[in-house]
Amino acid sequence: MTFELLLVLAAGLFCTGLFGALSRQSIVMIMMGIELMIGGIIVAAADFWHFLAPAAGSGQVVIVAAVVAMAVEMAMGFAVTTAIYRARQVDMTDMAEDLKG
Amino acid sequence: MTGVVLLWVLGVLALAGGVLVFTLDSMARVTFALLGSLMCVGAVVTVLGLPYLGVVIVLMMVMEMVIMAVFMIAYMMNPAGLMPMSMLHNTRGALVISVAVFAALVAGIFVVPWPDRSPPRPRDTTVQVGVSLMGEQMLTMVTLGFVLLATMVGATALATRRGRYDRLGDDLDQRPAKDPAVGGVGR
Repeated sequence: MTFELLLVLAAGLFCTGLFGALSRQSIVMIMMGIELMIGGIIVAAADFWHFLAPAAGSGQVVIVAAVVAMAVEMAMGFAVTTAIYRARQVDMTDMAEDLKG
Repeated sequence: MTGVVLLWVLGVLALAGGVLVFTLDSMARVTFALLGSLMCVGAVVTVLGLPYLGVVIVLMMVMEMVIMAVFMIAYMMNPAGLMPMSMLHNTRGALVISVAVFAALVAGIFVVPWPDRSPPRPRDTTVQVGVSLMGEQMLTMVTLGFVLLATMVGATALATRRGRYDRLGDDLDQRPAKDPAVGGVGR
């Protein structure tokens, strides 16, 4: 039963992050939502590895890839925030929805 | 048994932290709520038998969230969360989509016939991930390395104030480049 409950936890984290990523205007808050979503994916990957295929090292590689995705998302997110803030002094998606400038 | 209790506690804390991220007003508190949630994720990974990856996740999240707190306070109009504020759009639509995705995922979790759940476990999972990354998954590791390198170059190029047209002119033929400080070979 713990296997399914951990998957429910992963789904809960993923959907909480999804809600935040969809509903927030601030770019930094959207990044926080995406971090939570990737956190859910990490829990699910660890759960699958532990209960279904602990002999396969590739299961752990999936977690490594998800952690790298977290790092890349944050680095590029902050770079985009810096660029758009420098260009327009905004950090909100609704103020940057057009492509002019 | 201890592991199951730990997983329950960590799971509840992770979810509570995740919900707090999108309910608190203060930017600083939001950042530390996310840090708490993701540290619980690292602890869950550790309890599931992957101590190396769990510790890596916890260490990475501590650094990441501290940097995120600095960026939030630097950029957002609510420094350190001194004033409550709302920066939402289409909350109802986002909630409907999230709940629908959650319901679909939970339905899938309980409908899928999962295979046998007691396969033999390796003695040392840290050795397993090391051998895997440096052996059969070496191509994955190399690809991840290039992705990180490209991220460093791309993030620096995006974040820097001066682009190549500032340095080299409109036709990119200005030599020497117009840099704020002279230096280097031949200057």
